[in-house]
Amino acid sequence: MKIVVCIKQVPDTTEVKLDPVTGTLIREGVPSIMNPDDKGGLELALELKDKYNAEVTVITMGPMQAEAVLREAFAMGADKAILLSDRKFAGADTLATSNALAGAIRTLEYDLVITGRQAIDGDTAQVGPQIAEHLDLPQVSYLQNLKYDGKKTFTIKKATEDGYQIVEVDSPCLVTVLASANEARYMSVRGIVEAFDKPVEVMGADKIQVDESKLGLKGSPTKVKKAFTKGVKSAGQVYEVDTEEAVGIIISKLKEKFII
Amino acid sequence: MDFSLKIEEELFLQMIREFAEKEVKPFAAEIDELEKFPIEIAHKMGKIGIMGIPVPVQYGGQGGSNQMYSMAVEELSRVCGTTGVVVSAHTSLCVAPIMENGTEEQKMKYLPKLASGEWIGAFGLTEPGAGTDAALQQTVAVDAGDKYILNGSKIFITNAGFAHVYVVIAMTDKSQGTRGISAFIVERGTPGFTIGKEEKKLGIRGSSTCELIFENCEIPKENLLGKVGKGFGLAMKTLDGGRIGIAAQALGIAQGAMDETVKYTKERKQFGKSIAKFQNTQFQLADMETKVQASRLLVRHAAYKKDKGMPYSVEAAMAKLFASETSMEVTTKAIQFHGGYGYTREYPVERMFRDAKITEIYEGTSEVQRMVISGNLLK
Repeated sequence: MKIVVCIKQVPDTTEVKLDPVTGTLIREGVPSIMNPDDKGGLELALELKDKYNAEVTVITMGPMQAEAVLREAFAMGADKAILLSDRKFAGADTLATSNALAGAIRTLEYDLVITGRQAIDGDTAQVGPQIAEHLDLPQVSYLQNLKYDGKKTFTIKKATEDGYQIVEVDSPCLVTVLASANEARYMSVRGIVEAFDKPVEVMGADKIQVDESKLGLKGSPTKVKKAFTKGVKSAGQVYEVDTEEAVGIIISKLKEKFII
Repeated sequence: MDFSLKIEEELFLQMIREFAEKEVKPFAAEIDELEKFPIEIAHKMGKIGIMGIPVPVQYGGQGGSNQMYSMAVEELSRVCGTTGVVVSAHTSLCVAPIMENGTEEQKMKYLPKLASGEWIGAFGLTEPGAGTDAALQQTVAVDAGDKYILNGSKIFITNAGFAHVYVVIAMTDKSQGTRGISAFIVERGTPGFTIGKEEKKLGIRGSSTCELIFENCEIPKENLLGKVGKGFGLAMKTLDGGRIGIAAQALGIAQGAMDETVKYTKERKQFGKSIAKFQNTQFQLADMETKVQASRLLVRHAAYKKDKGMPYSVEAAMAKLFASETSMEVTTKAIQFHGGYGYTREYPVERMFRDAKITEIYEGTSEVQRMVISGNLLK
């Protein structure tokens, strides 16, 4: 089995601070991490590698610094890595990003394409499903759990707003994975030592069969109208009580604030 | 001169910090309070390679550097001094002498299981009458043809209660003095070998410290480690390497105390402002931080020299001397900054202070380190 996992390098939003004057993110000095949902996706692929000897290729799009996230993937156990990097990809929204990634994946053999559900720096959850559309693949989003019959069929538990669905899908297909689907493994020491000896294939726009009008800023119909800081909410209080007591607490709080 | 970390060392730090924060820190207080050997953590560490960092890949190790190993001990000790010394004693005192002196058969037999953390290693040199003066060995190993017969006892042996493999130093020919000392690999369960009671300690309370007792213990000949009569040199060289580990442990404990103190002084308010706003706090913190960073550079320099195959015994002694005394000073001040709270087990600096003390004692007291350093100066 051959698996392609799309991963993204994102700023660690737990350490991001806002500029109090401009209200924009201060990116300087903020560590970059592997997007948590993508890490869940990579772990899923590595578990299939452990069990079924799957070959795992990781792919990311970004500037040359994004190579770091691919090295981390090597250290966790990925076999091959591709960095999509070209000035022509710059300024891409989700559609242009998915066009580029789908273009690169088209050049590979695959039975399963895995992406994270969404990235913590954008929260769109669009890129994975869009890739599936470009590649004309069946897709299952919000994967919580996956079982493989060892031949062709995956049985997938997917999260919905009010519960779970169990679906079956044949390969080739695409799944988008939740970080909560598993507990991602640590990089191994040996993996780290060897991660920098492995080659990262760098692909530019010339290596993929995608019309340049569909890439980068040119291929991005999304226009950012306004960016603003979300109002800060207090952490709130958690009560672990039975229903009756809970109702009482809620009513008294609402009264306290003159809402009822 | 390049002081920057290598890219793989940066990535290694990212991994080991995350591991220490998530897998070790939440259990550190319990490990101390209940004197609980962190065996589950040791197995988790084994799984990702932390129990065999500098061991070559062909012996089941990770092919990493001594620099990475010392960083691992530092980062683990930053959150839990016990976990730091488990890795240090295992790697420096058992894995390293087998790796450096073992025959091919010994290396193939012991290193893969030690490096994977399946087996834990220990080292037996100290005896009731042979501490700093390690040449006064009373444990004897008598050559009996195809085997050695061991009699005697060792005390204060780190990891003893949970180890499977012990590198044991014994006298094979008393008339030869230090040239009559040899080293052996002894496995748990060997008839005539028993492990005594656990010591109750001030600090590193989760680590297992016991006596090793040998009563007509028969060791197969092939378990002689290195050559007959070369055991004293082997032990001294092993301790040189161990000192990098203990220096890293001391450094980690000191850094852990710094982390806690910086956080606390910003939060704690007295006389209407945080105590971090007082110049006394600021100046003391500056001195503490400078000493911690100086310790780190000494540790890294010693590990660097070991990795390069250069002599590092004096550098290791200086690193251990300075880092352990810094650790004691910084943890003492950390408690002072925390006031009454710092004296209680509500805050981790109390544990760090108790853990720091041993770093001035084991694997060569501060006085021994001064002997090594001055001995080199005045030779």
